[in-house]
Amino acid sequence: LVFTEEDKYGLYSNLLFKYFLAEGVVCGHELFVASAKEHPDNILKELPAPLLDDTYKNELGEEATAIKSEDFQDSMKIAWRYQNLPKMEASPTTSTKFGHYYDISKTMSPELFPSIKWHSFYLPEELSLQPQMKTCNMNSAYARLLQSIQRIVSQEGFDGSDPQKKQKNILRIGIQSLGSLLWGDDICSNDTPEDVHSLTKFLYVLRGLLRKSLSACIITVPAHLIQNKAIMERVTNLSDMVVGLESFIGSERETNPLYKDYHGLVHVHQIPRLNSLICDVSDTKDLAFRLKRKLFTIE
Amino acid sequence: QGKFTLLRDTRTDGSFLVHHFLSFYLRAGCKVCFVALLQSFSHYNIVAQKLGVSLTAAKEQGQLVFLEGLKSCLDLVFGEEEEQPGQPRPLQFVSESSPSLKALFDFVRTSLTPASGDSWKSPVLLVDDLGVLLSLGAAPVAVLDFIHYCRVAVCSQLKGNIVVLVHSNEESEDEENELVVNSLCHHSDLILWVEGLATGFCKDVHGQIKIIRRVSLELTAEQDLVQTYQYKIQDRNVTFFARGLSAAVL
Repeated sequence: LVFTEEDKYGLYSNLLFKYFLAEGVVCGHELFVASAKEHPDNILKELPAPLLDDTYKNELGEEATAIKSEDFQDSMKIAWRYQNLPKMEASPTTSTKFGHYYDISKTMSPELFPSIKWHSFYLPEELSLQPQMKTCNMNSAYARLLQSIQRIVSQEGFDGSDPQKKQKNILRIGIQSLGSLLWGDDICSNDTPEDVHSLTKFLYVLRGLLRKSLSACIITVPAHLIQNKAIMERVTNLSDMVVGLESFIGSERETNPLYKDYHGLVHVHQIPRLNSLICDVSDTKDLAFRLKRKLFTIE
Repeated sequence: QGKFTLLRDTRTDGSFLVHHFLSFYLRAGCKVCFVALLQSFSHYNIVAQKLGVSLTAAKEQGQLVFLEGLKSCLDLVFGEEEEQPGQPRPLQFVSESSPSLKALFDFVRTSLTPASGDSWKSPVLLVDDLGVLLSLGAAPVAVLDFIHYCRVAVCSQLKGNIVVLVHSNEESEDEENELVVNSLCHHSDLILWVEGLATGFCKDVHGQIKIIRRVSLELTAEQDLVQTYQYKIQDRNVTFFARGLSAAVL
């Protein structure tokens, strides 16, 4: 369960959201897209185009050399001890290929879609249906969404309930702007929300669904709007991975020379610790992102 | 015996202690009731195997009663109407409008009350983690009541032990959670408090553990004994060392 705190205008978190879905299309996974503000059909029309092997090397090659030459010019004055430490990989090496790369200046061609099975949940269209599950005092929009996800998980056999299914596949679930007013939740608009438990109950049930099926989920939330920080603490505990995007737009960091090449910061609040005793062992923790014409990079 | 141990973490993940106690008590031959609210059975099983214990075997032999919270909640929300009417579901408070944890307590008590033919040693209740109950709508008072009832049943009546994990953050705005944590601290016999290093992440030292023996509870005018160590978590083991003396430094 990947929980993403949206940047103030949702620009960059939207991009991450689309990358997640695009990767699903390229890998042949099944998609489930839920939103209360944008029709999933439209979201899916705007996925970035994948870069095929040779074009990718060229595209990224240009960007990568540009980065490297800048670096060499600035020799460190104060932090000279760190100069000899290996730099974090500026561009992915071709030997470790994990995932695919995309050109965000182009949209994914619809030809890739017919082979993909996808499901959408657009809240305004779902309001007429009555949930048939126990809503557990949960916000009804969340309840409907859970029911929809559970139905797909069980009907399409992602929970192993259909042993006849020959090829196992993965369900990628993307939920946009959860917790916002459009979902009928007031945690983003109220200091003392009426119902503090809907979101956390929703996440707990969703977590259960994810654990018992072959699926992965990304949720974006306008966390900067949530006044009640206690909710964010609980939500962090219930998620496997929590990432926050902070854009520099309109903030004093925009003019800070330290950040001149970047558009924002990436805060990794939590990483998954599944099936293992070991906790956080990543080397680098200060991450920033930049959006170039074709590529969104995190360094 | 009859002790209440509180596992507490701040700025880091203390669940390695849960894995430890689980395998420790199972190896000791105790009957264990594990209220596992946050992770799936297979997660704990995989780690337990690394520590030399099979949860599946323990379950089959009746030594381990495992409540998989995530699965139980799914059954509650999406399941059909009462398959066994009259049998309360442990997490049924999630769907109630005025949640009480009595069903959960009854489940714990039933699980740990020795059945005829049981030859296990003293019972143990393990909870990971208590804060999830708050997230699911239980009031702090209900959670504290639940713990209190469990102490009476497990510690006093059955002479067993309880180990509970809670999370706490400094400057936390989660007042309900802080209330529960502080209250439990006052009533614990032993507190194992795991904290991430204040100086930030370090590869060789994952954190610091404070072992607080609540000697002051015994009313002999003695103060609590506090010992502090640092630790590093490995794949199958955790090593502890005195502060500043990690292997990387020596």
